[in-house]
Amino acid sequence: MKFRLRRRRLGQLMLVSTVAATFSSFVEKTVAQTSATKTTPMLKSSISETMQVTLQVNGTKHSLQIEPRVTLLDALREYIGLTGSKKGCDHGQCGACTVLVDGQRINSCLTFAIMHTDAAITTIEGLAQGDNLHPMQAAFLARDAFQCGYCTPGQICSAVSLVNEGHAKSDDEIRELMSGNICRCGAYPNIVAAVRDVLEGKKDAAV
Amino acid sequence: MQPFNYKKARQAENAVALVTPDAEASYLAGGTSLIDLMKLNVQTPTELVDINPLPLSKIEMQSNNLRIGAMARNSDVAYDAIIQKRYPVLSEALLSGASPQLRNMATVGGNLLQRTRCYYFRDTSMPCNKRVPGSGCAAIEGYNRIHAILGGSDRCIATHPSDMAVAMVALDAVVQTRGPNGARSIPLVDFHLVPGETPERETVLQHGELIIAVDLPASPNASRSHYLKVRDRASYAFAMASVAAALDIQNGIIRSARIALGGVGTKPWRAYDAEKALLNQPANQAAFQAAANAAVAGAKPQKYNGFKVELAKRTIVKALTTVGGMA
Repeated sequence: MKFRLRRRRLGQLMLVSTVAATFSSFVEKTVAQTSATKTTPMLKSSISETMQVTLQVNGTKHSLQIEPRVTLLDALREYIGLTGSKKGCDHGQCGACTVLVDGQRINSCLTFAIMHTDAAITTIEGLAQGDNLHPMQAAFLARDAFQCGYCTPGQICSAVSLVNEGHAKSDDEIRELMSGNICRCGAYPNIVAAVRDVLEGKKDAAV
Repeated sequence: MQPFNYKKARQAENAVALVTPDAEASYLAGGTSLIDLMKLNVQTPTELVDINPLPLSKIEMQSNNLRIGAMARNSDVAYDAIIQKRYPVLSEALLSGASPQLRNMATVGGNLLQRTRCYYFRDTSMPCNKRVPGSGCAAIEGYNRIHAILGGSDRCIATHPSDMAVAMVALDAVVQTRGPNGARSIPLVDFHLVPGETPERETVLQHGELIIAVDLPASPNASRSHYLKVRDRASYAFAMASVAAALDIQNGIIRSARIALGGVGTKPWRAYDAEKALLNQPANQAAFQAAANAAVAGAKPQKYNGFKVELAKRTIVKALTTVGGMA
C-alpha cells in the first residue's frame, strides 16, 4: 500500500514536471521568436522530403530515393550496400571513406550524394578486374601493408589516386601525400613500401 | 544533421537569386567546412544552393593580373604551372593545408569563408560569441593554446584557419563578388573582419553575395616568395604559426617586402609594421630580426599561447632568410 502510494506520488510529480517543461519550452520558443539572436530554425514541412538520386558507381547506375542530407559515404554503404568504404571519423580527418570521383580522391563523408549525380564514382570494390587484383591491392598484400584492415580500402583508393596524380617522387613525398589517411595500427612503413612498389612499376610484387 | 532543401545552380545570377531572399539559405561549394559543421549542428542552413556546377573554375592570365575562379579546387591552384612559377608562396601555402582528398574538394571561394577551428566554436554545449552572439567566450578563460595573439578582443580570440588566405593577403589579392546589389572588388586584406564587438560578423560579404574570383596582381617580386608553416604534426595540421613572405632585393637592399601571418591572428594577418621595418634595409639577419620584433609588437598572448610570440618571430626570421637566399 505504501509502495503504491509512492508510485502514485511519483507519477503526479512526473506529470507536474512534464507540464512545467512543456510550458517553459513554449515560453522559450515565444521569447526566441521575438529576440534577435538566431535559434535552431523550425523545420519547414517540405524540408525532409526524399529525392530521386542516380549515382554511377563502379560502372553501374543506382537509383536511390534519399534525403539531400545523405552523404556519399552513407549512400554507398547503407543504400547501395557497398561497405568497402569505411566510416571512421565521419569528419574528413581519417581518410577511411576515401573514394574516387571522376578519378580524383575525395572524402566521401564530407559530401552529399546528391552533389554527384553527374559523376563516375569508383570505390574499393571497383578496382579489381574480376579475380585480378588492382596492382595497388596486390602491392598491399605483398608488403603486408595492413593489420586490422579498417583503413585499408581508403588507403588503397588514396594510393591509386596518388600514383595517377604523379606528384610523389620520393618516400617523403609519398608520406606527405598519404597524410590524409590515418592508420591506427601503425602500418605506415609497409604502406609506403607498397605505394613505392607501384610507383616504380613493380606491379607483380604480389606473386 | 538538420534537414534542408537542396537546389543546384548552373549560373552565378541564378545562385544569387536563390540564396538572397532566404536568410537561412547558404551556398554549398566544396563542403569540407560547411558539411563538417552541419554534422555538429554548428551551422544549420535550411536551404543549400549547390554552386559546384557554376563555370567558375578557370585559372587565367588577364591583362594586369592572374584571375583564379572561385570554384577552382585547392589542388588545381596548388599545382597550376603559372602559380608555381610566379606565386610560389601560394602554391606552398595550399600544399601545406589539409590533405590531398580535402584539397581536391575545397574551393578558393570556400577557403576564404572557412570557419575557425576554435574548439569552443565547434562544441555547441559551450558558450561562443561567434556562434551565439552574447553567449560569452569560453576560450579567453579556457584552454587557448591554439588561439590568436593578434587582433583579438574581449569577445573572441579565435584564429582564422586558412593558409591560402595568408599567402593571398601577402600577394595583395582582390576578391571579386557578385551580389544582390551588383558586383564588388574587395581587397582581401579588408575582406575579413577582426572580431571586435561583433565576432559573429567574419567578413564584409552581405547575405547572398557570391565570390566569383580572386585576382592576383602581376608582381615582379612575387616569384621570390615562400610560405613557412609551423605545426604540431609534420603534416596535415593547422598552423601554430605561419609566414608568407615575398621580397624584392636589389643590390642587397630590400626595395619592397610583403609579409603576412597565419595561426596567430583573428584574420589572415598582414604585418605592415614588419614590412616597414624592412624597407630600404640591407637583407640581413639584423633586419629580419627587427621585422620579426615589429610584427608581434602589439601581441596580446593568453594563458596558454605565450609561446606563439617567440614562435612567430622565429618563423618570420626563417622565412625571410629563405626568401633572402633566393637571390
